[in-house]
Amino acid sequence: MAIQVIEGYREVAPAKRAEGEAVVFDANGVYYRQLNDAIRDAVASGVRHVIVENANGQRYIGAGLRVPDLRIEVRGTAGNDLAAFMDGPAVEVFGNAQDGVGNTMASGKVVVHGDAGDVLGYGMRGGRVFVRGDVGYRVGIHMKAYENLVPIVVCGGKARDFFGEYMAGGMLVLLGMNTQFPNDPVAGSFLGTGMHGGVIYVRGEVEPWQCGKEVGIAPADDEDYKALRPVLEDYCGSLGVDLDEVLAVPFTRIAPMSHRPYGKMYAYL
Amino acid sequence: MSATRPRYAEEAPFKIHGGCGLAGICDESGKVMSGEQIILAMAVQRDRGNGLGGGFAGYGIYPEFPDHFAFHLMYHDEHAREQTEALLAEHCVVDLAEPMPTRPVKGVCDAPLLWRYFLKPLPGEIERLELSEEDMVVRLVMTINATVDGAFVASSGKNMGVFKGVGFPEEIGHFYRLEEYEGHTWTGHNRFPTNTPGWWGGAHPFALLDWTIVHNGEISAYGINSRYLEQFGYKCTLGTDTEVAAYLFDLMLRRHGLPLELACTALAAPLWSDIDRMPPEKRELMRSLRAVYGPAMLNGPFAIILGFNGGMVALNDRIKLRPLVAARAGSIVIVASEEAAIRAVAPNPDAVWMPKAGEPTVARVQGMPWPIHGDLHLTPQQVSCAVLGTEDVCDEAVEVTA
Repeated sequence: MAIQVIEGYREVAPAKRAEGEAVVFDANGVYYRQLNDAIRDAVASGVRHVIVENANGQRYIGAGLRVPDLRIEVRGTAGNDLAAFMDGPAVEVFGNAQDGVGNTMASGKVVVHGDAGDVLGYGMRGGRVFVRGDVGYRVGIHMKAYENLVPIVVCGGKARDFFGEYMAGGMLVLLGMNTQFPNDPVAGSFLGTGMHGGVIYVRGEVEPWQCGKEVGIAPADDEDYKALRPVLEDYCGSLGVDLDEVLAVPFTRIAPMSHRPYGKMYAYL
Repeated sequence: MSATRPRYAEEAPFKIHGGCGLAGICDESGKVMSGEQIILAMAVQRDRGNGLGGGFAGYGIYPEFPDHFAFHLMYHDEHAREQTEALLAEHCVVDLAEPMPTRPVKGVCDAPLLWRYFLKPLPGEIERLELSEEDMVVRLVMTINATVDGAFVASSGKNMGVFKGVGFPEEIGHFYRLEEYEGHTWTGHNRFPTNTPGWWGGAHPFALLDWTIVHNGEISAYGINSRYLEQFGYKCTLGTDTEVAAYLFDLMLRRHGLPLELACTALAAPLWSDIDRMPPEKRELMRSLRAVYGPAMLNGPFAIILGFNGGMVALNDRIKLRPLVAARAGSIVIVASEEAAIRAVAPNPDAVWMPKAGEPTVARVQGMPWPIHGDLHLTPQQVSCAVLGTEDVCDEAVEVTA
């Protein structure tokens, strides 16, 4: 008896159609490599609006693309390392994103209308990542900034442990609003552990035990709101969130007390 | 050179993503599904393994033999089979012995001899040995694994079975004809061996009685765990760290009668800094638990799914060093390393969430006896009784030797 062989993905090119200016790829059951090849070929031929529909777990969508006016729309669940090393494009996910969104991203913008997974923004060095819902563990780990390259991550839900761990630069914002976990604290433990640059803003309050030893906790002041407001305006505009509601609760600023907390740890001075 | 090079040392000429993948599906209503669902959930996670190990566990799959222990055996040669069957016959009535039904599948080669047996202890045997039925089976499994050269027990529980080998999970699933089985709970694993060889016995799930474990991660505490288990008669013979998790659950849940929540807490113990902030009674409980079950703690990164007759439990290490996503679609609970695996089976689940590190996600089949001590809110005194074996809460630790 012949059996139907069950496959996860097939190594075939995705079906393609036009929708106005946009090119639509049907990712249903298509392996990530063929899908991303098709996206890259389309971009090389001048397409600037790509829609990926029926996405389910395909990795590396938007990864390494360096076209500033490119827009990629993902309908479904984006796989690991969405927009990794991306430099310029805008990616919008109508669904959830798995782990590793914006890994080492250099510039551009990622908007996730659902939840996102662990290690979001790992080593990110520029651009913006906006998430409507909850995020996982180790979000913003090792984010860094240099001159005018300042990465910004805004998470609308709650975050788990190690938010902003080893953070060296940029801005992390946590709102705690659109969450599946109403009874949990807005962030987990080890918030900003090892942090030595950049700033974290949390809507509401955090307890000192939640935070790493290297950070100071203070209510956000006028200077903070001056930096925060344009970011939140962009976030609310991108995701249809009410800015007044976001600003109705005071923010807490978490920032390192020293930019070199371990300067003397391994040195004989 | 290539002729003598061990298979497991071969490296692919292309990038290997790695990471191991797992999935579990449980229909809490008890409705059965074929093995195709779990194969599909594993197939979309193919890139998480490298073809050196795939496997599945299914529950409720042998309704024609609900009260027999189903032994799945892997033999290196006929001699191992003869020796093993002699051991089985010494203690058990074997009501059916047959080669495991398989089909040739591209990508699966060098399979050992695969047999299955449906057996019960010989009349009077458990009285003679003064052991419970389960302890007799555990002793038999340990004896076969430790003393018969080239024989390994893949599973030994009632109305369940483990189907595993070297290959990608979907290949292994087709090889074992899993579409012909129907079960209410299934778990699956895609292996990316890191520290130990990729061989048939070393594929996941690891099983003892009806406990099965699929695991992504590595257990750094393997040495301590295995020495601890040896004191209770468990022998770690399969050359892979995950084995200890299966035996630890058997020890804590079946023999010590610990509540599930506490057993999971012993494996993924809260940090001392967290314990210090707990209310006094819970703090005392956690301190006792860490003191008594310190050698049972699984140090290192892990995501595991424990399967058993009656449901499944998914658990992460306490600082979430491996991925795990959970979902509910009607009466079906699905857990997996990636959300894509969940949506491959249930495209629009009612809820999808990432479980908190160290907190078990439990699926429980209605109407099935819950094999696990159910009260999740024991007092420290009651737990001490359970741990110390006073007041008959648990069996005395039985000396089990080969």
